[in-house]
Amino acid sequence: MSPSELSPGAPPPTHANTINEQQHGIWVKITQGPGLVSVLAVFVALVLGGLLIAATDAKVATTAGYLFSRPSDFFSALWAAGTDSYVSLFQGSIYNSRQGFAPFLETLTVSTPLICAGLGVALAFRAGLFNIGAQGQIIIGSIMAAYAGFAWHLPFGLHLLVVIFMGVIGGAVWGGLVGLLKARTGAHEVILTIMFNYVALYFLDFLLNTKAFQRPGETNPISPILDPSAVFPALPGSRLHLGFVMAIGLTILVAWILNRSTIGFEFRAVGANPAAARTAGVNVARSTILVMAIAGALAGAAGVAQVAGTEQVLTAGIAASLGFDAITVALLGRSTPWGTFFAGLLFGAFRAGAVTMQISTGTPIDIVLVVQSLIVLFIAAPPLVRAMFGLNRKSKNKPPKTPKHAAPAPAAPASQGGGA
Amino acid sequence: MRTISRKTGMAAAMLGISALVLSGCGAAPEAGPSGSAGASDYLACIVSDSGGFDDQSFNESSFRGLTNAGKELGFTPKSAESKANSDFATNLNGMMAADCNLTVTVGFLLGDATKAAAAANPDKHFAIVDFEYAEPIKNIKPIIYDTAQAAYLAGYAAAAQSKTGTVATFGGIKIPTVTIFMDGFADGVDKYNADKSKNVKLLGWDKTKQDGTFTGDFEKQDKGKQVTKNFLDQGADVIMPVAGPVGKGAGAAVKAANAAGKSASLVWVDSDGFLTAPDYKDIMLTSVIKTMDTAVDKVVTEDKGGKFDATAYVGTLENTGVALAPFHDFDSKVSAETKAELDALKAGIIDGSIKVESQSSPKS
Repeated sequence: MSPSELSPGAPPPTHANTINEQQHGIWVKITQGPGLVSVLAVFVALVLGGLLIAATDAKVATTAGYLFSRPSDFFSALWAAGTDSYVSLFQGSIYNSRQGFAPFLETLTVSTPLICAGLGVALAFRAGLFNIGAQGQIIIGSIMAAYAGFAWHLPFGLHLLVVIFMGVIGGAVWGGLVGLLKARTGAHEVILTIMFNYVALYFLDFLLNTKAFQRPGETNPISPILDPSAVFPALPGSRLHLGFVMAIGLTILVAWILNRSTIGFEFRAVGANPAAARTAGVNVARSTILVMAIAGALAGAAGVAQVAGTEQVLTAGIAASLGFDAITVALLGRSTPWGTFFAGLLFGAFRAGAVTMQISTGTPIDIVLVVQSLIVLFIAAPPLVRAMFGLNRKSKNKPPKTPKHAAPAPAAPASQGGGA
Repeated sequence: MRTISRKTGMAAAMLGISALVLSGCGAAPEAGPSGSAGASDYLACIVSDSGGFDDQSFNESSFRGLTNAGKELGFTPKSAESKANSDFATNLNGMMAADCNLTVTVGFLLGDATKAAAAANPDKHFAIVDFEYAEPIKNIKPIIYDTAQAAYLAGYAAAAQSKTGTVATFGGIKIPTVTIFMDGFADGVDKYNADKSKNVKLLGWDKTKQDGTFTGDFEKQDKGKQVTKNFLDQGADVIMPVAGPVGKGAGAAVKAANAAGKSASLVWVDSDGFLTAPDYKDIMLTSVIKTMDTAVDKVVTEDKGGKFDATAYVGTLENTGVALAPFHDFDSKVSAETKAELDALKAGIIDGSIKVESQSSPKS
C-alpha cells in the first residue's frame, strides 16, 4: 500500500475502483474464462499424473537402476506404468470388453450429484458469489430427503416426489439463509458458507445419534434404508437411476434461467457490477438471496441424488467431498450450465474409473485426487497454462483478442452468457 | 539477480542430472525363467471404509492381517480403498469381478453393501470387521471384539497410576466401537475406586448417560490436542484418546504439558502405541490392543482350508483378541501390587467372575 492511499484527507475513489476492477477481472478470468484453458488444464494434469504414477511404480524404479545397460527396460516400464493405469481408468469409466458399456453407466451415476451441486456453485459464481457451502446444502438436503424417505410411508410415485421436494427445500433454505445474512448484514458469503458447512455436518452427526434417525435395535450412526417407493427407479443391472435425468433437466433449467429469464439477467448484472446493477434498478439484496436459495436448491438436489439414488441410507459420510468437488466442477465448466454438465461427467468418469484402476493395477485411488487438484491449480492460474502452450505470445500478436480476456467491461458478461 | 539465479539453477540441474545418471549405472539382471513359485488359485481381498489403509486403526491392521495371510498362503491380496460411501458397492463388485474367494470388509458402514454382495454371490465368502448383523448371514463371518474387557484393565491401571486423582478419555465419533473402549475404561476406574476406596475422577465419558467428549472425526489432530489440553488443565494426568490418528494430537499436548513440568501419560488404543506411535513412546503408559491382524489372518487361513463358518469371531481377553499392552518404559513405574491386581482382574474376567458390561458389547 502506498502512503497516498492511506492519507485520510484525499479519498481515492478512482484508484480503489481500478484495484477492484483488476480483482474482478481476475475473478472473472478464473471462474468464467475461455474453455480452452479447461481443456489444457485437464491435459497437463493427466500428463503430470501419469508421470507421478510412473515415478512411484516399483518396476520403473528397478529398471532405472540399470538404465544404461538396458535402457529399453526402463522406457517400456515407464510407458507401461503410465499407460496401464489410464487404460484401466478408461476401462472402469467408459468401456471394457467384459462389461461392455456398463462402466459408462457407472460414470453417469457418479456424476449425477456432481452435476447438480456443480450447477449450484456455477450459478452463484455467475452472480459474483463464491458459494463454498454446497457441502452443507447437500447435507441438509440429504437429511430432509432421507427423513421423508424412511419415516413417512406414502404411496408409490408421490413418495419420491415428496422426497425430492424435501431435499430441494432443505438445500434452498440452507443456501437462502446465507443469502439473507449477506444481503441484510453484509457478512461475507465465503465465511458464512464455511461456517454453515460445519453447522450442517455436526447437526447430521447429532441427528444420527438420536433414536429418530437410527435403525431400530442398532446403536451405529446409520439411518434405516429408504422405502422402495422413495428411491429413484434404477436401470436394471446397473446403479444408474432416474436422478441422472433430473440432472439433465436441472442443467436445461439453469441454462434457461441464466440466458432467457429476467432473474437470470439480474443475477448476471449483479455478478458483473453490483453498483451498476443497483443504479439500473436491480434489487441486489433480493437477487443475492434468490441466487443463493436456487444454488442451495441445486445442491439439495445433489443430496437427493445421493440418498434416493446411490446410497439409499443416511450416514455421516453422505456428502463425501461432493460439495468441494462441485467447486472444481464449476470452475472446470467455466460456470456455464453445459460446461458444468460435461465437467461433472469428466469427474464422474475419474471417480468411477479410479475404483477399477486401484483394483486392477494397484495404483492408489489418491492419484485421481492429485489429478483433480492439479486441474484446479492450472485453472486458477490461466497465465501458467497459456505460457506452457505459448498462447500468451499469440494473443500479443493478435491485439483485438486481448481486451476481451484481459479487461472485461462491466457489460461484457451479459454477452458471455451465450456460452451455455 | 537474474544471472545469479540462473547460474544457481544450472548448477542444481547439473547436480540433479549427474545424480540421476550415476543412479542408472547398475547392471541389468539376467533374464531368467520367471516361475511363479507357490502361486495358488486362492484369492482373498479387502475393501476399506473411507478411512483408508493408512488410518492407524482397523483398516490398517485388517489389511496387515490379510497381507500376512497372503505371504503364508502364497497369494497377492487385492485391495480397494473407498473414498466415499458410494464407492462401497462398486469396490465390492470389482472384487467379485476379480474372483475373490473371501472378501474382508472393514466397518459398520459397509454392512449394507456387504450384505447385498453376499446375497448376489452366494458362493463367495465374506468377513466383516467390527460389525455384526442382527440376523447371521451364512456366507458372512463377523469379526468383532469385546474391547471393554481390555479397556477395563487400562482404566484400572490408569486410575492406579494417576497422581492427581483425575483421568480422562475422549472419542473420535460416537459409535459403539469407540464408546465400548470408554465404557470399559470407566468401569475399570470405578473398580479401582471401589477396591481402594479412592475417588479417582473420570473426565470425558459418562457411562450411565452414554455421553462424553468427541472430536467429531478421526482426522483432525489439532482438535485432539485442544481437547487433551483442556483435560490436562482440569488436572487429568492419564489420557486415553479413542480416535485413531487424532490420538497423536493428544500425544503432542501431553508432551507439551510434560515439558512445562507436568507428568502426564497416554493410553493408546487399537495397537501397541509404543511400537506404532514411536514419537510418543516415552509417555505411553500402556495400550488397549485389538489384534485385528491375527483375527483376519486366522479367518483367511481357515477359509483356505475349507473351514469357513458364519459364527462370529469375538476377540476377548481369553483368546487374546483383545489385550492390555506391556508397560514398556513405564514398567518400573507401575507397582508390583498394581500388576498383580491387573493379573487377578484379567483372570477374573476370563473365568467370568468379573462381568464387564457395555451396551456396545458383542451380543453373541
